[in-house]
Amino acid sequence: MQAHRHALLVLLLNGFILMPVHAQESSSDVYQALGERSGIETIVKDLLGRIANDERLAAQFKSIDVRRFHRNLSDQLCQLSGGPCRYGGDDMRSIHAGIGVTDTQFNALAEQLVRAMEEEGVPTWAQNRLLERLVPLHEDIVDVPAEAAPTQ
Amino acid sequence: MIFDHPKTHLTVFGFLLLAGPAAASDPGSRLWGTGGVTSIEGSAGGGISPWATLAGYASDEESGGTVALSRANTQDYTLNVQSVAFNWRNRIELSFARQELEMDTLAFALPFGETDLKQDIFGLKARLAGDVIYSPYGQWSLGAQHKRHRVSEIPAAVGAEDDAGTDIYLSGSKLFVAGPFDRNLVINSTLRATRANQGGLLGFGGDGRDRHELVAEASVGLFLRRDWLVGGEYRQKPDNLGLARENDWWDLYVAWIPDRRLTVTAAYVNLGDIAGLESQDGAYLSIEGSF
Repeated sequence: MQAHRHALLVLLLNGFILMPVHAQESSSDVYQALGERSGIETIVKDLLGRIANDERLAAQFKSIDVRRFHRNLSDQLCQLSGGPCRYGGDDMRSIHAGIGVTDTQFNALAEQLVRAMEEEGVPTWAQNRLLERLVPLHEDIVDVPAEAAPTQ
Repeated sequence: MIFDHPKTHLTVFGFLLLAGPAAASDPGSRLWGTGGVTSIEGSAGGGISPWATLAGYASDEESGGTVALSRANTQDYTLNVQSVAFNWRNRIELSFARQELEMDTLAFALPFGETDLKQDIFGLKARLAGDVIYSPYGQWSLGAQHKRHRVSEIPAAVGAEDDAGTDIYLSGSKLFVAGPFDRNLVINSTLRATRANQGGLLGFGGDGRDRHELVAEASVGLFLRRDWLVGGEYRQKPDNLGLARENDWWDLYVAWIPDRRLTVTAAYVNLGDIAGLESQDGAYLSIEGSF
């Protein structure tokens, strides 16, 4: 009997923790904390340097157009963080179709982005809020088959 | 005995030395803290309950692992654990832990004057599905822990049926990015089939009950920053022995992850009554290296 009560307690505890506790904040808080457009461009520039020096990533990024990538990723992070930008690049799923991005590479990129944000003094809460919006992109980036349909 | 006490320490420090040069390179690509720490049973997780995540930092193209030394001190007992775990491509975890329980108080009450006992735990964990961060439903793993006493009279003396047994568990773990206070929150639930008394330290099965029983375990942790994790755990336990009541375990912990190569965990542990000695609680300290 006691055992069952405790199991219930454990489940309730988990349920409680899963309840949304997000404070309502304005959607551009993260954009401000990243240093707006210029801060984001600095972070992306820092990130590109880190990618070039990271043996897990360098080969996969070897043939990219660096200027275009810088512009598109800056637009994308600006838009995701609630800033006044629009990502104008190709659909994420099409870009990554058939090139075999691994979990290792996705994790490595996330790590380098975190390091770049730390370098620019972005506070933990803002880093997390940006990462939260990048997490859903995992399925459109990692291991996308060559014949993948564009993201809906 | 194959290993006596000093040699055992040498073995583990040998591992640490071997891991040294390997640790000079990055231990793997998964994000900081996502492997949890090393549990007292050798499996990756919290301190007293396994998580679905696998040891160390190996991602899908990598292999790696952890070595750890842990110690828990209560009023009447001291538990020392030395453990090592390997992770193959974030798919399979193999672990080994040696537990040594010193029981100075109890020794006076026992006819044969043993003051310590040793238990070996061979662990296997397989990631069935999902990823702790990227999958909406988290990561799910199935594991087994085969536990066996080295030479000891204790299990029989307290009324246990066996001095060896196997636990099977199913774990689910999920990390919520930007959870409460925009901090990352990790939660874990484990369902374990076990007939172990006090995690096996007092043998398996007993005069009260001698079948596997399902028990629930849960851990939560909040990353204050990527290098600080605070949380708590709860572990339900069976109660098989007629001699003495067994209580559930819980703890509150803080883990410091200054680098992927190193994790230091400190905790307050509450283990309840153990073999008739009441209200055992105290401090837990663990140091883990990843390679």
